[in-house]
Amino acid sequence: MSAMSSLLSVSGLTKSFVIHAQGDLALSVLRDVALEVAPGDCLALVGPSGAGKSTLLRSLYGNYRPQSGSIRVRHRGDWVELVGAEPRVMLDVRRHTMGFVSQFLRVIPRVAALDVVAEPALRLGMALDEAHRRAELLLAALGIPQRLWPLPPATFSGGEQQRVNIARSLICDYPVLLLDEPTASLDADNRDHVIDLIRQRRDQGTAIVGIFHDTAVRDALATRLHHVVLPGVPT
Amino acid sequence: MSGPLLSARGLTKRFGSRVACRDVSFDLWPGEVLGVVGESGSGKTTLLNCLAGRWQPDEGSVSYETAAMGTVDVHGLSEARRRLLARTEWGFVNQDAREGLRMSVSAGANIGERLMAIGARHYGDIRRTSGEWLDRVEIEADRLDDTPRTYSGGMRQRLQIARNLVSNPRLVFMDEPTGGLDVSVQARILDLLRSLVDLFHLSAVLVTHDLGVARLLTHRLMVMQGGVVVEEGLTDQVLDDPQHAYSQMLVASILPV
Repeated sequence: MSAMSSLLSVSGLTKSFVIHAQGDLALSVLRDVALEVAPGDCLALVGPSGAGKSTLLRSLYGNYRPQSGSIRVRHRGDWVELVGAEPRVMLDVRRHTMGFVSQFLRVIPRVAALDVVAEPALRLGMALDEAHRRAELLLAALGIPQRLWPLPPATFSGGEQQRVNIARSLICDYPVLLLDEPTASLDADNRDHVIDLIRQRRDQGTAIVGIFHDTAVRDALATRLHHVVLPGVPT
Repeated sequence: MSGPLLSARGLTKRFGSRVACRDVSFDLWPGEVLGVVGESGSGKTTLLNCLAGRWQPDEGSVSYETAAMGTVDVHGLSEARRRLLARTEWGFVNQDAREGLRMSVSAGANIGERLMAIGARHYGDIRRTSGEWLDRVEIEADRLDDTPRTYSGGMRQRLQIARNLVSNPRLVFMDEPTGGLDVSVQARILDLLRSLVDLFHLSAVLVTHDLGVARLLTHRLMVMQGGVVVEEGLTDQVLDDPQHAYSQMLVASILPV
């Protein structure tokens, strides 16, 4: 695939963790990883538990800091290098270009579910009415009962919190979406709602990298697979 | 985006032979909230006071991009100019609200004083704006004429925040703004600070030893140990993938709830 058409381009990516409390124990997790993701692609990261799928995904989002290699993303018309990027560059990429859906909602005390969902859109300058309207559409599409919208999600069930989190990550039309087990604790109906929403984004040209433990979800969404293996472990 | 709002270069402050902070440099960009974390005695508060021009560093400099007067050297300003800056373009939220408030005058006067410093003269306008800010920080309107002595700790802290933000500052320094408060009171103040920072597109330097507070309020972190910045980065990078032994120890020491 030519780099010209892709939105995300990774090469030579290497990441290890050094744990100082364990006598500077070094755990090598990613070595020389390369991948390309184009609009409309959904690249599924596959590999056994502990192989480094989450580490790779979090490195793409700048949450983990790789030691070397390159992660380049098309950001507001330009290629931007994320390895070693300044915080304000990374924040701007996250605000405009890259969304991340994690399994867990980091609850903000006292903020209503509706406002938790609307917040990223407001940060991009969307009017409050429009942001709330979009938030309501997403919460409804994800099956969150209307009576919960004005409440802070701290007391919601795990599955409800996860869907609030998904709504928050989908309220902006990010060109690149990173998904870490987006359906992990959902029942079949809610899982299907989430699949529908993500498939729509993919078909509209969003470039997606995801970890999907559930093979039915993976089959429904993935256009390609990327095998992740620990360095030194035979494939 | 033009340039950084606040730039520190090689800041060093000694107390006698003890170095409280050593060779600290960074740029704070408009709209950024920078957290400074570390244990007590790590030099966080010394750094904050040097940044805000309250203390003179032994080495290094701080420059600030003013709204109207271009870039100024914070420690090169006359005392009068620095105080004017502190009352107009800056805010400073102390851990102990008693240090940031005038305890013997009414809440309304505490807020109104900042407005008068930026030229407000009309009594009715000042009183109305003070009332609006009291409401914004969730203090009942009928407490406007009471002195902060009659307020609870959490209310005093919210009043101090109102007093600081009423003049529409561009940069706010905060020293442990939720330190010493009950957790429920803390949550309310955190929520308030978070929404005000967003609403007014504030830039801030926040000193805290509480990594939960840092996670909620800041974009970037500097970790200090023994007066030295040992690690910096995006807040979630430092908390989720700490590199330095000291940061790893701090993160590992968080009590799970």
